[in-house]
Amino acid sequence: MKKYYVRMGDGYLDQMTREEIKAELEAGTADASDKGKIPPLGEEEILQLLEIMTAEAKFVSVERGNEIILTTDGVVVTSDDEPSAGIPVCRSTGVEIWERIVCADTAELGNWDYSYKAVKAVVHSEQQVMQRILYNTVLPVFYGAMPNLGLYTQPDGPVPNPAELLPQGKISEARACQEEAMEYATRDMVYVAGLLYEAGADGINFDTTGAAGDADFLATLRAVEILKEKYPDVPIMVGMAGEVLLGMHGELYYKGVRLAGLQPHEQAAVVQSAGATIFGPAINTRTNQSFPWNLARALTYAKACVEAVDIPVHANVGMGVGGVPMSEIPAPDAVSRVSKAMAEIGRLDGL
Amino acid sequence: MGVGDPFGMAITHAHASGMGGVRTAGDLVARVQMSRGLKTEAAKKYVAEKLGVDVIDLVNEEVMTEVRRELDLGLVYALPGCARGLEAKRNIARTLEIPVNCLRRLGRGE
Repeated sequence: MKKYYVRMGDGYLDQMTREEIKAELEAGTADASDKGKIPPLGEEEILQLLEIMTAEAKFVSVERGNEIILTTDGVVVTSDDEPSAGIPVCRSTGVEIWERIVCADTAELGNWDYSYKAVKAVVHSEQQVMQRILYNTVLPVFYGAMPNLGLYTQPDGPVPNPAELLPQGKISEARACQEEAMEYATRDMVYVAGLLYEAGADGINFDTTGAAGDADFLATLRAVEILKEKYPDVPIMVGMAGEVLLGMHGELYYKGVRLAGLQPHEQAAVVQSAGATIFGPAINTRTNQSFPWNLARALTYAKACVEAVDIPVHANVGMGVGGVPMSEIPAPDAVSRVSKAMAEIGRLDGL
Repeated sequence: MGVGDPFGMAITHAHASGMGGVRTAGDLVARVQMSRGLKTEAAKKYVAEKLGVDVIDLVNEEVMTEVRRELDLGLVYALPGCARGLEAKRNIARTLEIPVNCLRRLGRGE
């Protein structure tokens, strides 16, 4: 029986029959449907996804007319001091390469220490780099960083560490610490994002939101609200860190919605109500499951997000999220299939 | 988003499903989406109408190079005499009737 090349969730290249791949797709969407309490992919969508999976081409792409917008996080080509791809060019040159060599639809400037707190101390330098980029490029340029609430707790920050208090049973103290950290984080996000917008940035990206749980998410929502009030025209993109919002605090609410445990489509609704422009769900890849299982599962969640809100949805599709295998060097056969499936089956607005 | 990982991640997405950036009309559709909060399909229709082209031609390099040259919206390569940077963005703002933040912030009065 004919077998097709198929990646695993960790990037390992295996082979499966068409029937085996279909079974994986059905199991993946059933898992998302069960855990997220959302509709699974229909039979027609499964067959469409099966065609993408079993296409003989190593690299696949969308049909003409189905293209969507690509946004990103960080300066992909390079960074000052070369921590990323190790190419010794400055970030402003990196964005120009991004515009005219990669030919993506948007670009982003970010600091190598990619957190709003870390940027605060060097924000005026960041403004200068942003201005230099804007003088020389045409495409829209975001400024992005992480809310990263963890940086506000000891030993990195001023607030006692809830991760140390919780094992001691000091629940109320741990919650109070997170609430205090939220105040610092919101203030830093508004300060840095505001200055970068005033320097001319076309948009602001809150990337990997919720990485430290529900307090991290709420701090970001408050920052979005304040920024939209201060700068009504500012486009704001909120991208998530993971699939289910961790209840590190557990009793935080936004406009009456309890944040702990929110699923991607529920996060989307909350982000929209805060006034954000674009939402980015992050659906985790399971390394011990197959690529078809993971992509069907991620698509089910992503589709539910698109249906839940009116704002554009750009799914996170980097390593280990959105169905992309958790592998440092991404395989284009898998990544391009994620791209095509998200655009044509998920009906997303962008990636 | 989330494609900031290096080593071929972003370029794969850019060419498997992206609109082509400044080679075509990808940057223009993105700007409209950002400034007007439109879904991609609606943003494409808006841009196509403003440029006077069919939606399908927004990703056609041959058509879009001509349109961008005529309207001076900036090209992927820098031809002498063609707008780049802020000048191109000023023309984009006028053509698409959208605000472009850096024009206001960097003293171009738009």
